[in-house]
Amino acid sequence: MSKAVSALQGEKHAGFVEVAEAGLRGMVTLRGDLGASKVKKAVKAVTGLPVPAQRRIEIADGKAVAWMSPDELLLMVPYGDAPATVEALQQALAGEHHLVADVSDARAVFTIRGEKAHQVLMKLCPVDMERFEEGEIRRTRAAQVAAAFWKSGPEEFTLVSFRSVAAYVMGLLEVSSRPGSELFE
Amino acid sequence: MLILECPYCGVKAEETELTPGGEAHLKRAGPGSSDDEFEAYLFMRKNPKGVHFERWRHSHGCGKWFHAARCTATLEVFGTYPAQTTEPPKDIQDRIRAKRPDWEGWA
Amino acid sequence: MSTRLQKGGRLIDRSKPLQFTFNGRRMSGYAGDTLASALLGAGQMLVGRSFKYHRPRGIMASGAEEPNALVGLGEGGRFEPNQRTTTTELFDGAVLESQNHWPSLEFDIGAINNRLARLFPAGFYYKTFMFPRFAWKHVFEPVIRRSAGLGKAPRHRDEDRYEHAYAFCDLLVVGGGIAGLTAALAAGRQGKRVWLVEQTPHWGGRAVVDGAQIDGMEADAWVRQALQTLRAMPNVTLRERTMAAGLYDHGYVLLYERVADHTPGDGRPRHRLWRMRAGHVITATGAIERPLAFAGNDIPGVMLASAVRDYVVNWAVSPGDRTVIVTNNDDAYRTALVLLDAGLSVPAVIDARPGGGGELAQAVRERGVRVLDGKGVAQVKGGKRVTGVSVCNHAGEGAEIEFIPCDVVAMSGGWSPVVHLWSHCGGKLIWDEERAMFRPDPNRPPTGADGQAMVTAAGAANGMLLVQEVLEDAHSAAGGTGAAPGGFCAAEERILPVWIMPQGAGPELRAKMWLDPQNDVKVSDVELAAREGYESVEHTKRYTTLGMATDQGKVSNINGLAVLSQALNRPIPETGTTTFRPPYTPISMGAIAGEARGEIFQPMRRTPMHGWHETHGAHFEPVGQWRRPYCYLRTGEGIQDAVNREIRNVRNAVGLLDASTLGKILVKGPDAGRFLDKMYTNMMSTLPVGKCRYGLMCNENGFLMDDGVVVRLSEDSWLCHTTTGGADRIHAWMEDWLQCEWWDWKVYTANLTEQYAQIAVAGPNARALLERLGGMDVSKEAFPFMTWREGTLGGFRARVYRISFSGELSYEIAVPASEGLALWQALLEAGEDLGVAPYGTEAMHVLRAEKGFIMIGDETDGTVIPQDLGLDWAISKKKEDYLGKRAQQRPYMVSPERWRLVGLETLDGSVLPDGAYAVDEGYNANGQRNMQGRVTSSYYSPTLDRGIALGLVRRGPERMGEVLEFPVDGGRVIKARIVDPVFYDKEGERQNV
Repeated sequence: MSKAVSALQGEKHAGFVEVAEAGLRGMVTLRGDLGASKVKKAVKAVTGLPVPAQRRIEIADGKAVAWMSPDELLLMVPYGDAPATVEALQQALAGEHHLVADVSDARAVFTIRGEKAHQVLMKLCPVDMERFEEGEIRRTRAAQVAAAFWKSGPEEFTLVSFRSVAAYVMGLLEVSSRPGSELFE
Repeated sequence: MLILECPYCGVKAEETELTPGGEAHLKRAGPGSSDDEFEAYLFMRKNPKGVHFERWRHSHGCGKWFHAARCTATLEVFGTYPAQTTEPPKDIQDRIRAKRPDWEGWA
Repeated sequence: MSTRLQKGGRLIDRSKPLQFTFNGRRMSGYAGDTLASALLGAGQMLVGRSFKYHRPRGIMASGAEEPNALVGLGEGGRFEPNQRTTTTELFDGAVLESQNHWPSLEFDIGAINNRLARLFPAGFYYKTFMFPRFAWKHVFEPVIRRSAGLGKAPRHRDEDRYEHAYAFCDLLVVGGGIAGLTAALAAGRQGKRVWLVEQTPHWGGRAVVDGAQIDGMEADAWVRQALQTLRAMPNVTLRERTMAAGLYDHGYVLLYERVADHTPGDGRPRHRLWRMRAGHVITATGAIERPLAFAGNDIPGVMLASAVRDYVVNWAVSPGDRTVIVTNNDDAYRTALVLLDAGLSVPAVIDARPGGGGELAQAVRERGVRVLDGKGVAQVKGGKRVTGVSVCNHAGEGAEIEFIPCDVVAMSGGWSPVVHLWSHCGGKLIWDEERAMFRPDPNRPPTGADGQAMVTAAGAANGMLLVQEVLEDAHSAAGGTGAAPGGFCAAEERILPVWIMPQGAGPELRAKMWLDPQNDVKVSDVELAAREGYESVEHTKRYTTLGMATDQGKVSNINGLAVLSQALNRPIPETGTTTFRPPYTPISMGAIAGEARGEIFQPMRRTPMHGWHETHGAHFEPVGQWRRPYCYLRTGEGIQDAVNREIRNVRNAVGLLDASTLGKILVKGPDAGRFLDKMYTNMMSTLPVGKCRYGLMCNENGFLMDDGVVVRLSEDSWLCHTTTGGADRIHAWMEDWLQCEWWDWKVYTANLTEQYAQIAVAGPNARALLERLGGMDVSKEAFPFMTWREGTLGGFRARVYRISFSGELSYEIAVPASEGLALWQALLEAGEDLGVAPYGTEAMHVLRAEKGFIMIGDETDGTVIPQDLGLDWAISKKKEDYLGKRAQQRPYMVSPERWRLVGLETLDGSVLPDGAYAVDEGYNANGQRNMQGRVTSSYYSPTLDRGIALGLVRRGPERMGEVLEFPVDGGRVIKARIVDPVFYDKEGERQNV
């Protein structure tokens, strides 16, 4: 796996919060009938997590399952486990109409850490952050590109974008977290 | 700038998260259709001042296409509903009729 | 002279003096000053020149409505023209420059226009510069451009930064006066999420200056208490220096926060644009005082009465020693009282109302001031400063009764509610005869997504001018429970509408009555427009330029439309107002751009190998949002040399192309085959597993929109390659048909474009290079053309496609994007002695053109069908339907006259200009030469050492060997022969080895 490098290789900046590229993460897209018991079982088997409700994300033990649309989930596992996860899902879902694809390398993952982390997102995403809940995932845009984020810790958000725009997203996060630009005290 | 609620994921999305797709409930005319039918399908659009049914995609979101019933003059939104339908749902039609007694119907 | 008073000034801090310069002269003010109060305090009344006649202009107002006092502020990367001095806070070291004059403010040569004013009437430009036509371009326009425009455009890159922020609330209250505070208190107590914004750095609005009593307290004390209460509410957000610039659909409001205008260079963003979504908006934006139209009302020293009061009370600035007050309402008497309290002289109050004023007038009289009822100003005397007024009967024609020397004229024509936000999104106004004002019509508010009112006007913005009615109105606008705060102020007599003074003034006086002092529009101009047939207020505005200056007519519009109504002899409501458009006052370009500048102006997409390209001489070209290497420059090499070298290297050795940007869409499911049969013109359902097929996609118009290689991955899954620019569009297109037309079909798609780095390895040595990496049998027998294999290549998890866009032996290798750079480097290392070198998009283009392969966007332009391009072999005859099939049966689409693809070879071997047209016999109805074809791609081919081109020509393929004429620049004609579009290796042997 030494050949594999993330888009920004862990670049980080310390402003009024810390923004960092989080490195490679295993990500698997699963499309199918999310209500089907076979799908629920398969997701449980590979992640230990239930199929999340609308716009929710289930997180435990370094793995996560996010609701992306009524027929799509994003499963997150350690980067090296993604191929095996794809394999396992495909086997478990044999006979069921579905699509499973490894998208680990198509993405860039960022963390925004600090008491005012939500303020950085307020500058980039048309989302009501005051009403944003723990366990919620929001697909939206960050300035001019598609993004999704969720609360990944008491004072931390994780944001995912496409890999090709990683440098752009890091630019956004860096400028939006510069000291002196806090939105509220 | 409009806000439309995506019926698939429940997000009250602002217009920048959406992509417009023109008039809803068009009936496709393929091979075998007459010239008039094909012209109507390809080119003829309603463009009313008033109640209109439109296609929108929650492109910066869940990616689903949905339909919106709205007034093009006042931008009042009567409702949004999934795209897998050939006509506007009855509850939305009733709501429009209650608010716009002169409305001539969707067809 | 204006000057600083010894005492008072509720907003200034005398312990903090600040230095600044105006036109190079050193001046000083205090913390808390605006630029305008500091200038006045330093004795500077003359601050600029008007737009058309270059007349001297002084400070007229004290807030956002100021039409005159604009300056260039700052230096270098912080210089900005047209800064309104009345709304910009003074900071230490500020550098101010007056505008619109040459050579100096005191002596301006353009003022000659003033002498010629009679030659520059309304509509002057339209009338004068019509003919002769050539003169417009060479004479009139250059002269007008030189003398037009206010201020100078900045020359340096803006040193500051800006940002956007999104916010949401239940209720947005705009305006931090007593109405706004009352509304916010009422809504805050109900637990609503409330935002209260105030455009200045101070709360309380006019009431604190005008000396109202609220709940038994001085207004000042009440405001402090209200703020304390609001700040303690966690559900209320207060934001000062924040102006609601515009109100848009569905409760969208742009708030312009001037974060650091008063602390330049402190590292904070200069401006922030809040993109607010409000459930409801209360506009408590107050009212703006109207000037009066009397002759000479533009002379420096003529000011709004409320502004005179503000300067004395807020900043301890006396605009002058002797102030004559002229009014048609009671409010202006407050100015007299304030001036008297400050020890200044008020020689007279001139009141146009025959019956005079009420309690306030009485109070002024009791202080020994002469109050002249039923009188008006015939003319203000003075040049660069007022020297006195001649008094007349308002009912008369302007004969002087007496002359009163003075240096300030404080005028009040009544108050106009600030209805801008109310009106931005369709709120309507009514004319209130009694109050002589347009105010929001509560029955015709702007409506929101639910069809209900989304804005409520409150307080003075709703036409309420007395403290008690303001408080009650604001309290109820916010749905307040219990009693509203109780207010008290003097009772007022009714206003007398006065649109020109005196009412019988003749033409000579009317030609000196300014309506719009910034754009130099006078009463006589509006009347001339009316005489010339301009009845619509919108037309009159554009014809005269009334209200079109940077202040957008805040002080001039109502007076202007009233004058127009009078001239047309119809009631004011029939004339109506012009349209109120955002922003309320100008906002900075930086705030609009927000963070989008420099490196993050636009998203730039990078492939995993982008960094390598950058460090290896890549000359990039934009392709969609990607940057792709056009070619790789070696030391001392020109672009064309590099392209030629790369092409030869692919033809003779082996080249690497970063093809990661190509779209890759996975389509899977039991119905995927029949779905792709709809999407593509050819049959994809019959493609055997393990094979690749070139496919074409058309839109429902039948026009070719995308192409690419489709790969059958398994029984129920296909991978569709799209063009670089087409990936997102085609994925969305597929989803559209699956979600909205064939929603019962079992098909899922996934856009995997970015999951893979893809490298094309092309050239006679390609196979040898892949063999060096090892791990996969890439022989001709084991891995034939148009098939694919999955496995390990040089230790990489790879999927390899044997496809060719160059006509050479070629493989495209896809690996996880994270390993793309490692594979790229491994290929370069392994193939060094095989002559491996990267090639860019231009080499790719020439290579494909030599082979006659089409390129979406070159050979297609949204009007070309596959049949035009000789691609009939890729159109299934068996399928009943595919997207575009019905359209391709239309008569025009099957016409033999269509322009079709051919090759073009110039007779002299030169390169045809891209896009050149082939002329035909005769002329069309417009007298233009008829055309019979055009060049779609044209290059120098190093392989053939001559120019080659592809083009679309009428009946082209039937006309092989014919010579066409292409007129190019300078009357030159290039002749080219129609040939087969495949220029090189016609049998396709090279890719099949």
